[in-house]
Amino acid sequence: MKLFVVGANHHTTPLEWREKLAIAPADLPGLRERFAGLPGMRELLVLNTCNRVELYGVAETETAIDSLAVAYCESQGITTADFAGIRHEALDAEAVRHLVTVASGLDSQMLGENEIFGQVKEAYAAAQAAGTAGPVLNRVFQKAFQSAKYVRTHTAINEGQVSTANVAVELALTIFGDLRNARVLAVGAGEIGEKTIRAFQSRGAHHLTVSSRTLNRAMELASQLGANALPFEHLAAQLSEYDIIAAATSAPGAVITVDMVRQAMRARPAAPLFLIDLALPRDIDPTAAGLDNVYLYNLDDLAMIAEENRLARVAEVEKAEAIIAERTATVWHGLTARGLG
Amino acid sequence: MMDLTDRTWLWIAAACYLIGFIAGTIAVLQERRQSRAVMYVIISAGFTLQTFGLYLRGLAVKGCPLGNMFELFQFTAWSAIALYLVVGAAFRLSLLGYFTSLLAAAATALSLAVPAWDATRRVGVFGGNAWIEFHAAIALFSYGVFALLALTSVMFLLRNYSLKHKRLSGFFSFLPSIRDLETISLRLLTVGTGLLAGSLAVGAVYWLRNTDTVNTTKLLATVSVWAAYAVAWSLRRGGRLYGQRLAWTCIVLFIAALLSIAPVNSSRHADEATPAAVPPRSTP
Repeated sequence: MKLFVVGANHHTTPLEWREKLAIAPADLPGLRERFAGLPGMRELLVLNTCNRVELYGVAETETAIDSLAVAYCESQGITTADFAGIRHEALDAEAVRHLVTVASGLDSQMLGENEIFGQVKEAYAAAQAAGTAGPVLNRVFQKAFQSAKYVRTHTAINEGQVSTANVAVELALTIFGDLRNARVLAVGAGEIGEKTIRAFQSRGAHHLTVSSRTLNRAMELASQLGANALPFEHLAAQLSEYDIIAAATSAPGAVITVDMVRQAMRARPAAPLFLIDLALPRDIDPTAAGLDNVYLYNLDDLAMIAEENRLARVAEVEKAEAIIAERTATVWHGLTARGLG
Repeated sequence: MMDLTDRTWLWIAAACYLIGFIAGTIAVLQERRQSRAVMYVIISAGFTLQTFGLYLRGLAVKGCPLGNMFELFQFTAWSAIALYLVVGAAFRLSLLGYFTSLLAAAATALSLAVPAWDATRRVGVFGGNAWIEFHAAIALFSYGVFALLALTSVMFLLRNYSLKHKRLSGFFSFLPSIRDLETISLRLLTVGTGLLAGSLAVGAVYWLRNTDTVNTTKLLATVSVWAAYAVAWSLRRGGRLYGQRLAWTCIVLFIAALLSIAPVNSSRHADEATPAAVPPRSTP
């Protein structure tokens, strides 16, 4: 009996290939059932995210694992020869180690990210509901979740934000403590502005406003986000109403001048103002940073903090890997003592 | 059994505060978040011991122990700690315990280390007048509030520096948010100014009846401290003093308040007829 993982992930597979390998959500239940019913397949679980498709299972022989790989290639319309070049496979203790590494966020493209933990849990819940996860996968996944939580709480692998939008949100928290009452304004209704405002929304901010030179575009984005729209020509007059202003327009010069900020601060002298300049060329006059209670961060500042956080996470990899190795040995020892079935 | 004097208990309390500070420093150097509960327990232990030490001293001097520089420093530190135990639990400001333990360790250890400050112990310093004793205790308690305010102001300046200079990792990552520090500072300023005003009001009743016994230096120093804090409070409420300038003001005012203790104390001793003096016991 073999515990295995077979599939492909971002380490060996370019984006255009990952698009082909990804299983459409609608097809997933049917394919899982089909794969689980293959001869020699005892248990099966499918982890299907944007960066990996991994089939975890228990098979009677290694031939059954190869048959599964063939069936998977057929379902995605790729040849087994193409798949062989990108195929990732691990057996027994190595499969356990890989699962814990994945669930801990150590194998993620963005090192230490938390989302993968939820995705693995969802995949496990789906396999349980479908009845394709049996006693071995149940034990392996439960132990993997415990181990991943241990890694996250005993190392700094997921500390500090590593994306620009999340760094901006983290900074806002160091200024305001809580974003529930913070009034957020996005100047510019493009992709960056949208991402930033969504990041604030996801962390509890709900006084959201969008302003753009094209009012229709601002209103469109505002309606998608459940936010308000502010006509661009009212920007200067209403700047003092906001605590956090994220500017990301394609304007050739500053759309928020130091005089506008100074004027705004006269109306709210004791209240801090967080300015985030996400544009190139810059949207906010850099001299505004010199004003009392004004905190201005531009793209370079945010990128530098994100990189510092990333390096801090990298420094924790060795410690996390040592924990994973120890935990894997314990889990595998427990499994072999009970027998794989 | 070993005879433990009030000073022995106060030394042990100072050691507890020092342990809190050392534990906090180790956590900061290791760039890990210190357990707030652990810090709270260490400071609570120090506070309990200090309370017992001051209680013993109170029994010896037959009143609130505010008769010399040593007792004034001890009582101010005790007040700051008492307030931290309330504020720390309610506001959960990270690093406030660390800074408070530093202040308490410094104030208590300094007062214990200068023998001259405790050379004379004065019994019945308030002449049995409970109102004057209450006035003095509340005044000193407000100094404890101002001590905590000075700490939150230092934390504000550090947080402001970290945000302005984009230095957010390590020690700076554990500091509370600017807005939390602003909020707690304003509340401490309000409470401290209010308490000192109350103390002055209680004292004024006595002064009006006994104007000839009131020392001008003491009166001027105390009223000046209160007036300065009251002005800072009203400027803050009016939105004219805030942020960095308010933080610096609170720090400078606390230093001035501390410096005013010495002339107030010596002027009081000069005024007192001849209160009974208790020679200090052999000290550890």
